[in-house]
Amino acid sequence: MPVFDKKDKSRYETFTRRTVAAGGGMTAIFAVLAGRLYQLQIRDGDEYMTQAEDNRVSERLLAPPRGRILDRFGVELANNKRNYRVLLVAEQARGGVRQALDTIGEVISLSETQKKRVLQTIAQNKKLVPVPVAENLSWEEFSRINLHLPYLPGVQPDVGETRAYPFQSELSHVLGYVAAVSPEDKKSEDDQLLDIPGYRIGKRGIEKQLDSDVRGEAGNARVEVNAFGRVIRELGHDPGQPGKDVWLTIDRDLQRFTAERLGQESAACVVTDITTGDVLALASTPGFDPNEFNTGISLDLWKTLTENDHKPLLNKALSGTYPPGSTFKPIVALAAVDAGIATPDYRVHCSGKITFGGHDFHCWRKEGHGSLDLKGGIKNSCDVFFYETARRVGIDKIETAARKMGLGAPTGIEMPGEKSGLVPSRAWKQKTYKATWQQGDTLNVGIGQGYVTVTPLQLAQEVTRIASGKAVSPRLVHMVGGNVMHRETAPPLDFSEEAFAQLRAGMIATTNEPGGSAYPWRITEPGFEMAGKTGTAQVRVFTREEHQRGITKNENLDWKMRDHALFIGFAPIENPKYAIVCVIEHGATVAHVQVQMARDILLYAQKRDPLAMPTAYPVKAAENTTNKKGG
Amino acid sequence: MITRPYAAAKNRLSIGDKMMDVNWGLVLLIALLASAGFAMLYSVAGGHFSPWATPQIIRFIAGCFILVAVAMIDIRIWMSLAYPAYALALLLLVAVVVAGHSGLGAQRWINLGGVDLQPSELMKVSLVLALARFLHGKSVEEVSRPLSLGIAMAMIGIPAIFVVLQPNLGTTLIIVADGCALLFLAGLSWYWITPALAAVATAVPLAWRFVLHDYQKARVMTFLDPDSDALGAGWNITQAKIAIGSGGLSGKGFLNGTQSRLNFLPEKQTDFIFTNFGEEFGFVGSVALLILFAVVIGYGLQIAMAARSQFGRLLAMGVTLNFFFYIMINGLMVMGLIPVVGIPMPLLSYGGTAMLTVMFGFGLLMSVHVHRQVEIPRHSGGII
Repeated sequence: MPVFDKKDKSRYETFTRRTVAAGGGMTAIFAVLAGRLYQLQIRDGDEYMTQAEDNRVSERLLAPPRGRILDRFGVELANNKRNYRVLLVAEQARGGVRQALDTIGEVISLSETQKKRVLQTIAQNKKLVPVPVAENLSWEEFSRINLHLPYLPGVQPDVGETRAYPFQSELSHVLGYVAAVSPEDKKSEDDQLLDIPGYRIGKRGIEKQLDSDVRGEAGNARVEVNAFGRVIRELGHDPGQPGKDVWLTIDRDLQRFTAERLGQESAACVVTDITTGDVLALASTPGFDPNEFNTGISLDLWKTLTENDHKPLLNKALSGTYPPGSTFKPIVALAAVDAGIATPDYRVHCSGKITFGGHDFHCWRKEGHGSLDLKGGIKNSCDVFFYETARRVGIDKIETAARKMGLGAPTGIEMPGEKSGLVPSRAWKQKTYKATWQQGDTLNVGIGQGYVTVTPLQLAQEVTRIASGKAVSPRLVHMVGGNVMHRETAPPLDFSEEAFAQLRAGMIATTNEPGGSAYPWRITEPGFEMAGKTGTAQVRVFTREEHQRGITKNENLDWKMRDHALFIGFAPIENPKYAIVCVIEHGATVAHVQVQMARDILLYAQKRDPLAMPTAYPVKAAENTTNKKGG
Repeated sequence: MITRPYAAAKNRLSIGDKMMDVNWGLVLLIALLASAGFAMLYSVAGGHFSPWATPQIIRFIAGCFILVAVAMIDIRIWMSLAYPAYALALLLLVAVVVAGHSGLGAQRWINLGGVDLQPSELMKVSLVLALARFLHGKSVEEVSRPLSLGIAMAMIGIPAIFVVLQPNLGTTLIIVADGCALLFLAGLSWYWITPALAAVATAVPLAWRFVLHDYQKARVMTFLDPDSDALGAGWNITQAKIAIGSGGLSGKGFLNGTQSRLNFLPEKQTDFIFTNFGEEFGFVGSVALLILFAVVIGYGLQIAMAARSQFGRLLAMGVTLNFFFYIMINGLMVMGLIPVVGIPMPLLSYGGTAMLTVMFGFGLLMSVHVHRQVEIPRHSGGII
């Protein structure tokens, strides 16, 4: 039988024809596919390439390491330590953020306040931004988190850096602290660093004053992310500009001694280098531990700090204002010499009181001091002597002298929150009280009472100027990021050297001659003797009835009502190097604790003698070359 | 006229003869395409053989054995197996649809002794076999007779209904396209073809209204305007286009693709594998890949036209067109020219059933090639 007939031939021909047609159709489809590839990859390729890049690359801001703060010998006063922390990416938290926090809370302890804070932060940020949940974890806690990681979606363990203050409360007021960025901070500046969740900025002290320098500039990491925002790998890394190191004039050893010596008194103490005004120690007690603020202070601790009547958060050295009391008397003496009133044979007789305008002005010594010259007036701190002298010099000249010595205006130290105190004048009284200046006002100012107020730092400046005779101002910062802070050499003050010599003689007598008001608490070691002036500042005026009942004794009053105790001094008496001010709030006692403190600190300072030790300040390369050329 | 190689000249061939006659060039070409697939699976796994490349290689090797084994079997045996295979596939298809109404949504798998089997895949091959056998017995005139055409339409339509019920729109389309193409090649009259095309044009809106599932409609809608829902259902299309487009002229280089590897693309290892190829090898590489596919299809056409039996010709074309439809639908889909329908790229996409059925198909093609000189009388039903 024929296998191949006519019918077969016809259908084979049809098949071949139609197969060729199908081949043509398939070729057309392939052409469409190739055309589409051309469209996507060649014509629109660039656009899609950009979209692909956007898809996978995400920029993450990086906080640069914060600049360190060092003392004059290179001791790190503020540095950065490893911070084991836990971050949470809200987007990846299965079952919601609340649930995730509760689960984390089962692994490490997490307080309700912390949880609330995290919920708040997450609400303020994009859902894919990692937000810190807990910081400064112990190694053990951190390990536990890592162990439980498979059950904690969205949780990222992270090792960051956190500010550390190794000496805790010892330098609290100098350094200040860093804390979380507040919404107000974000409004006032637009540094992108502030947008990093968990970022800390300086809130007090040097940390605040030099924040922009120690902060550095934000770096960024270009990371490849997948469709869920999870980081796959890092493509590029710009660490940013690390913060600048700050070198202070502080001597940490002297600072420690000073802070310890003040103890728990509500007190302030400043020690300066008389030639340069460098602040070697600046303490205000009680202090606080700045580390507590960094980690997020608890409400209880915050309450304790704000409600404490010793005001641990106040830097009394430059934010506390006090009547200077007798520490103002050298100013009056200076004005008197300058005005030509206190000539070498100028004497005032003290009978225990002076009557003026129908009022009795008492000397602190009821029986009086007898006839005194300027040196005797200072040595005995005789009130009558200064009432009379002030009256004769007049408020205008006293005001001028006080201002020349740096009172009534901020000293300009590199710290926030400095107060200017008050040096009263006729115009000031007219303006403030709409009343004319009375001679009685002058008399009160003469013994540092009445309207005049000063900060301990201003007193430090005053005593530094007395000891040097130059317009020296206190300063705290020596170098920022390798640049020495520019500073003009202090010009001599507009008073005769003779006037200063008389003042110094009076202050030397105060502590070194029997009968001097601070003689019992003098430095007895030869070569280390100090000069000084005590002061007692009345907090309130006693009523006649209280005078009669004899409760004017400080010890019988409430702490808040007691007088402030002040002392200014310098040492050694020949070619003085160190100046000191010591103020104890409501601390006036017969034991003159503030003088004892100042004595111990000055003795310690002289024996350690930080000014004779080579500083560790880095030498600028540029200066090196100049020196070589010069040499 | 026709030059007969010594082996093909004989009506009965030994295994050795057949092995010599296998078109090893085509096998090499297939291996080349499969290797491109391995490279992509290695790449989307971030430069690792696991979890996709290794199983795929193993399946391909198994597939190669199947190919050769199928090629060794006389097409007359395949011819006699055509109807039983079709009946079995239909049975399994019905079983899946019936068992599938257990509320799991799309039910496409049947578990046979630990092996997951997709009856719809089986049906594609069986339908080609059965239709080729059926049309083998029909002259050009007979094909266009209502009775023959009705039987042929039923052979296509019944499985198509069950597959669409699964629901599996992509496979349904391929089954219908395969069947219609065979009718066309067998010489169906234009008097039938023209009204049929018109009917399809009317049926599309009706299907839209009554047949398509909501998720399928959503796919179509987002295809028409992917940006309307760029992060939802339009995500696939948008990201696929970005992946291919960002490849540019020469691509980002092997293992340097980012789109698919970073999970921007779902199904990156299956249906969307071509996007990774386009991204890493660019326009040049993608067109080269298309040319390779076209050459394979060209081989198919050549084999079909060289076969002496109508069954062999239809079988070869059925297999080749099936292969082509896969490439076409997947290509158009990943390049955003048609809605996402869930059809893999043959030889490239990860997947066991697809790889094995494609290799089985090539085996049938190769069997036609090896037995191209075998003549089968029009009224024969094969050997058995």
